[in-house]
Amino acid sequence: MSLQPETFKSLVKVAAEQVIASAPELTSLDQAIGDGDHGINMKRGFEAVLGKLDAISTQPLDEALKMIGKTLVMTVGGASGPLYGSFFLAAGEALSHDRHLPDDLADVFGSGVNAVSARGRSQAGEKTMLDVLVPVLETLRASAGQPDLIGRVRATAAEAVERTAPMQATKGRASFLGPRSVGHIDPGARSSCVLVHAVCASLEGQQ
Amino acid sequence: MTETVGIVIVSHSKDIAKGTADMVRQMVGSEVKVAFCGGNPDGGLGTSVPLIIDAINDAWSAKGVAILVDLGGAETNSEMAVEMLEPARRDRVVVCNAPIVEGAVMAATEAAGGSSLAEVKAVAEELSAD
Repeated sequence: MSLQPETFKSLVKVAAEQVIASAPELTSLDQAIGDGDHGINMKRGFEAVLGKLDAISTQPLDEALKMIGKTLVMTVGGASGPLYGSFFLAAGEALSHDRHLPDDLADVFGSGVNAVSARGRSQAGEKTMLDVLVPVLETLRASAGQPDLIGRVRATAAEAVERTAPMQATKGRASFLGPRSVGHIDPGARSSCVLVHAVCASLEGQQ
Repeated sequence: MTETVGIVIVSHSKDIAKGTADMVRQMVGSEVKVAFCGGNPDGGLGTSVPLIIDAINDAWSAKGVAILVDLGGAETNSEMAVEMLEPARRDRVVVCNAPIVEGAVMAATEAAGGSSLAEVKAVAEELSAD
């Protein structure tokens, strides 16, 4: 899993386009248990990322991730801006401190996950994006170096999203609904899955 | 004039933020610097980190700035905005866990008396104590 500049550029492009394409679905999930702005917010943020794609992809990887993070922070406009922004800022920061891909992929991803957890003062099991990111991190750790790592990550994310449906939200806007949040997939978990799947697809060369 | 803690009001709605600031000015007067922002980067309902940073800088005081927020995203975006301030200012800005309208009026009233940032925050947060 080497990451050449052109590979990274197309990966970011695919991920951003997938998020933008999923905006209507994210909005509809968020209308059920949130305030209905997750799709439009993520779309705005990732359109801004696409707009800076040339500048982003000429940076070293650590700076590129930080630039993505900062762009999301400044443009998303909902809580997902700081949450996703912190993920990319922290992942970039980890790469600035003697971490290297692909060997330290789990560590770098883990830094991002920790930043999301700290920013949202939340943990897995509370019906949030962490309910996808944490299982993906566990798979990255458990299956590091395995030839089918990408397939395992993809399956982990897909299953993890579905597991948010029976959860009761205790963090974020959905927590206002209490038991009524049960039965709906969490929109943040879904957008995390979209991003993870887009990266998997891009790395597999399917796009 | 002695410096007083500045107040920043961050709502998802610019109308609520402005209305709250109007109430603070009428009830407390103009000796406390009050700045407000509301709306996402497209002008719809939401909050925006760059607008919050601007508001903090507008209300800046050597005694610090207390931020009052409405719903979750306003709090998360405000915390992010504080972290993105220049290091010398970062430690002198707090996000209060208080209802936005009552909290802003109480915080500004306390600030007008020349209280410290910690005192202003504590008075606002008494409103949230059970």
